[in-house]
Amino acid sequence: MKEQWKKLFQLFWTFFKIGPATFGGGFAMIPLIEREIVEKKKWLKNEEVTDVFALSQSVPGAVAINSAAFIGHKIGGIGGALAAMIGVSLPTFIIVLTLGISYFYIHDNPKLEAAFVGIRASIVALILYAAIKTAKTAIVDKTTFFILLAGVGALFFIHPVLAIILGALAGIISSFLKRKWGPKNKIAKDKEKDQSNTHDYWWGAGI
Amino acid sequence: MVLWQLFKTFFLVGLVSFGGGYAMIPIIKTAVTQYGWMTAERLTNMIAIAGMSPGPIATNSAILVGYSAAGFTGAIISAVAMLLPSIILVIIVASFFIKLHHHPIVQSIFYGLKPIVTSLIIYAAISFALSNHLITPNISFRTITSLLIFGFSLFALVKLRWHPLHVILFSGLVGVTLYS
Repeated sequence: MKEQWKKLFQLFWTFFKIGPATFGGGFAMIPLIEREIVEKKKWLKNEEVTDVFALSQSVPGAVAINSAAFIGHKIGGIGGALAAMIGVSLPTFIIVLTLGISYFYIHDNPKLEAAFVGIRASIVALILYAAIKTAKTAIVDKTTFFILLAGVGALFFIHPVLAIILGALAGIISSFLKRKWGPKNKIAKDKEKDQSNTHDYWWGAGI
Repeated sequence: MVLWQLFKTFFLVGLVSFGGGYAMIPIIKTAVTQYGWMTAERLTNMIAIAGMSPGPIATNSAILVGYSAAGFTGAIISAVAMLLPSIILVIIVASFFIKLHHHPIVQSIFYGLKPIVTSLIIYAAISFALSNHLITPNISFRTITSLLIFGFSLFALVKLRWHPLHVILFSGLVGVTLYS
């Protein structure tokens, strides 16, 4: 029993140390996870970590959080998943909240507000940059390009969540139609592409 | 009341947040406008702070929006609400050894979902450009300089490969110089 608690605490603490590394996006954690979990603690092998990151992108939520939870689960069941997830989230929770409280404390300061006028302009650029990175892995053919355009237009009229559901449906329907109507060798080519994709990281923005 | 609104909103965000946090901005913005938690400009500031901090930007934004709307309790409720779908799904998927990413139906879903995620992020950019007066009929010193900051930031990110934090800090310095 005590062994289990010790393992849970170790999981929590390992991911607590890794937490701040999520600055460059969840994938920035990979080298640290490899060092702590694969090399030092020998809890997992490298291939298992890669698999976890690929799988984490199929579950909603940030890659960093999901990966921590999956690894925690592999090592310590449900308790492990919780320990890892709380561990990786706690440092950033504290840091963000500290920054936020500081902001609210001094938000009347005219110099700060002046800074934020500039910062707001750069945030729009940051968001656009994330769009560009995501588009690189998301827009692979005419169909996906069409879905992209239709999506942007639709978002001015419908709720974002509805757009997400419709996008998922569009994916299922168009994949089905492509398989039905596409020439035989194209299906073989697509199958090859699908298999190689499972080892890549799908999401360009990796945040 | 506010706490329940926060919980509902961020549970939903957590449930559909595929492909990274920036795609969740339109959902957060819709809720912020609907419930009147803060102005669009304040929300942009929150997202900027969220971007300056380590951690996923969507979760960070949730924490800040929660704090702004309902203090420390709001922050915790928002964070927990966002993490709940993840932990539940991870446990289900892991327990049943489901190799989701190999499944053809899942791949089909993502074939359509990834472009929509891109749409969401583009829409977020347009929406923020409008609320922060980057796209506006009134031309002033502020709009022109904002556009220049925007342009340079994009250039720095794409071509110069600056870290987002450096871009934000640099823009802040320029802002202080120009606007105070």
